[in-house]
Amino acid sequence: MEESTKNTSPNSSKPSITDDKYTWFFACDSADVPDNGGVCVKYNEDQIALFHFTRRGEWYATQNECPHRKQMALSRGMIGSQNDEPKVACPFHKKTFSLITGECLSGDECAITTYPVSVVNGKVYIGMPANNN
Amino acid sequence: MKIVVIGNGMVGFKFCEKLIAKAQPQQFDIVVFGEEIRPAYDRVHLSEFFSGKTADDLLMSPFNWYTDNNITLHLSDPVTNIDRAAKTVTSHKGITENYDVLVIATGSSAFVPPIPGVEKDGVFIYRTIEDLELMQAYAKKAKKGAVIGGGLLGLEAAKAMLDLGITDTTVIEFAPRLMPRQIDEAASNILTNKLETLGLKIATSKNTSQILGDTAITGMQFSDDTNIEVDMLVISAGIKPRDEVAKLCGLEVGLRGGIVVNEQLQTSDASIYAIGECALYNGMIYGLVAPGYDMANVVATNLTAPPPLQREDLEPSINNDFIVSSSSIVPPLGDQGASFIGFDMSTKLKLIGIDVASFGDPFIQNKDTRTIVFEDTMKGIYKRINITGDGKYLLGGILIGDAEAYNMLLQTSKNKIVLPPNAEDVILGSRGGESEAGAGVLSLPDDAIVCSCESVTKAGICTAVSESGCETIDAIKKCTKAGTGCGGCVPMVKDLMLHTMKAQGKYVRNVICEHFDYSRQELLDLVKMDQLKTYDEVLDTFGKGDGCEICKPLVASVLASLWNDMILAKGNATAQDSNDRFLANIQKGGSYSVVPRIPGGEITPEKLIVIGSVAKKYNLYTKITGGQRIDLFGAHLSDLPKIWEELIAAGFESGHAYGKSLRTVKSCVGSTWCRFGLHDSVSFAIQIEERYRGLRSPHKLKGGVSGCIRECAEAQSKDFGIIATEKGWNLYVCGNGGSKPQHALLLASDLDSATLIKYLDRMLMFYIKTADPLTRTATWLNKMEGGINYLRNVVVNDSLGIGEILEQEMQALVDSYKCEWKEAIENPEIRKRFSHFVNAPEEKDPTMKFEPMREQKKVTDWK
Repeated sequence: MEESTKNTSPNSSKPSITDDKYTWFFACDSADVPDNGGVCVKYNEDQIALFHFTRRGEWYATQNECPHRKQMALSRGMIGSQNDEPKVACPFHKKTFSLITGECLSGDECAITTYPVSVVNGKVYIGMPANNN
Repeated sequence: MKIVVIGNGMVGFKFCEKLIAKAQPQQFDIVVFGEEIRPAYDRVHLSEFFSGKTADDLLMSPFNWYTDNNITLHLSDPVTNIDRAAKTVTSHKGITENYDVLVIATGSSAFVPPIPGVEKDGVFIYRTIEDLELMQAYAKKAKKGAVIGGGLLGLEAAKAMLDLGITDTTVIEFAPRLMPRQIDEAASNILTNKLETLGLKIATSKNTSQILGDTAITGMQFSDDTNIEVDMLVISAGIKPRDEVAKLCGLEVGLRGGIVVNEQLQTSDASIYAIGECALYNGMIYGLVAPGYDMANVVATNLTAPPPLQREDLEPSINNDFIVSSSSIVPPLGDQGASFIGFDMSTKLKLIGIDVASFGDPFIQNKDTRTIVFEDTMKGIYKRINITGDGKYLLGGILIGDAEAYNMLLQTSKNKIVLPPNAEDVILGSRGGESEAGAGVLSLPDDAIVCSCESVTKAGICTAVSESGCETIDAIKKCTKAGTGCGGCVPMVKDLMLHTMKAQGKYVRNVICEHFDYSRQELLDLVKMDQLKTYDEVLDTFGKGDGCEICKPLVASVLASLWNDMILAKGNATAQDSNDRFLANIQKGGSYSVVPRIPGGEITPEKLIVIGSVAKKYNLYTKITGGQRIDLFGAHLSDLPKIWEELIAAGFESGHAYGKSLRTVKSCVGSTWCRFGLHDSVSFAIQIEERYRGLRSPHKLKGGVSGCIRECAEAQSKDFGIIATEKGWNLYVCGNGGSKPQHALLLASDLDSATLIKYLDRMLMFYIKTADPLTRTATWLNKMEGGINYLRNVVVNDSLGIGEILEQEMQALVDSYKCEWKEAIENPEIRKRFSHFVNAPEEKDPTMKFEPMREQKKVTDWK
């Protein structure tokens, strides 16, 4: 079973848990996410890109929208690394963004929002900033 | 310090950009007033608005760039008043802002000659996007166009008219030749001929005396008593500096307009600067963007890096009562600051697809100088260089039709580089001599300006390579900004980069990316030797790190070329390029397009009906492609498997339009119907297309088969083109359409079908095994030592002895072909991936928006 990989984790596997910082919502089963790839998760009206970087044994979540042309597409992008920084490349124009900081690595000013991910017993949770709900 | 900028054009924008780059955080409070409704856009490429670019594409930076950099931007709000005593400006909408430093970058407006009738409907100027929108609307009902002005701007406007579909357009120039300020008569004649072959009419020495018509233009009357019929006229005869607001507040302006500035671009009021086309320096208005950028840079440099010494005599001459502390507010000036010392007006541009360049002094001709002219009226090429009497130095020149040597010539003249013994070599190329072309870039002095838009020197580029480790063009662009303006210097930048790397003893080779220290060809051989089947195995065995968007699709393509396994099989799905991953082409808005294979472009009525009904059922936009098939656009991700299920049931298969693989083999109708046809081109095209369908390669592949030499299938523009002869088929290879069209070259003639397929097998497999990634066959051949002769030796004469192996490898790929869409819809694991939301698979992306157009739909344009 995967262990929690990032930040604080919820204590149980209920659909949604709120701690000091985050509201953790249940996204999907870990098996629903392709190895070294991403899926798009619906959270209320928001779209979150969720990546299982199997090769690094890590999970990442970011906004699904690429800020360059405002396209809901990052979850369909290829992931990889640049000098060991994990990144995702937008399918449209191959702008790349750090999966950790959200910073655009292709030299543009735009950045994306990243979210913490927690995996407990094969269930994947994404943490939304608590006041954002 | 608070800086107010009047004007948000290219130069005003560049000033802000330079200032932000040079300033300390929070050093400046910047407020910008722009007259137009949009933030600054690229006026140089305005005509591209008609060839498909949107207003947004042309923006220098989006609106949020200004907010992100804490710049207050007031749009649609020109400044109408400057109070120099109070140091405030007031805008049209009544906003008043105080300033410490004021920068006027109001640019210019179109100069409209005082011809009776210029106010009539159908008469336009060519300056802003709004002008273009008005032209676009009017052009629909116009047939006969005219442009007043045969200079740079006028010819750009003429291109716009052609783009608008007004092919019957006359260019009217007052001077006896086109572009009188840049080129000589012979050059102008060549240019005129070239423009006439494009359908433009050129009328020189014409003075318009009246514009005819009641309310709308119907014609033009000239002073020589001739007239022409015209229903749409664009005036693009020159520019007029926008100095109204400067004049109003008492700044010194020139007799014929323009705000007078000194070397620091200061106006007669030391706290006020003027830059760009509104500024008059040394009696001259600079109507090009590069000098404007240079001015912006001078002001930004002086404001951010104040030299220690100040010159008291340059303090403001106006009432000082309002100045709190002159030392902190008045921009310090000194001998060490940057200054504008005029600008070389050399230009190179593509006018309606024709290279036109002039540099240095293009016209000089006296007893101390010599002129060398090369003229080819057949090809429409004219080159002139002016050199010193002793033949040592280049003074200037003109290039029409072929301006490839422009950068080098410009640098040679600017930097006083000694010419080769035969000076004509610099325009004709060395013919048989020893000196190597291209070595010239090394002879430039370090301070030679290579990128004039961003003022980057040769040393700047070489240092970026040697010190900062920039070893790609992109890295250099990011680090130095060289090549980010007009892009004209990129080939020189690349040469400098390669030379610098070689000089450092680096072996320059095309390694794939940071994860693989091999070229594509090397990796393909390694993967084959080790029989590796998945991306991770390849990365573990030959690479390092976690891969990226460059090596993943490359390795995926190599694996497909070697083993032809289903590309979405476990382990490789997420290594595929984004389009391959969903077996469809992603389009604006995130929908996909679907292209079923229609081999040779032949289709039955029944199948056409299926395509129609599928398109109706899933609400798809349909369009005939350039490759004789039908593209269905606007499919939701989750509909793709359902659409393909129906198409496959009706006998269709994947068209691989999403892959770097064989697209189509286009055919003419051939001997079955055509009275000229020699052989059945359709049947042969179908046979070839079905043979190579699904073949993954370094880049896409296109073919064509023509039934006779009339070449209706345009086979010579394809990667392989087959043309029927009396005795068999001629095989042409490595042609290309696209941005750099290139005719395919004859590989072998009068072949029977079986031999042709044998040669094609060998050629395609050799390409797959040796080409760099994303290299079309044309580029592959261009880079190949020995060119077509070498390729012919390998393929026809089997000089490497690998002919049979190549054929066997190709046959193995042909035999293992399967329709990957059929496999995808039959595999529940793969099918599951075709949904937008993992946690709501039935829901479609709600942000995807379409709107109606010509009884179909289009995607709502992106921001």
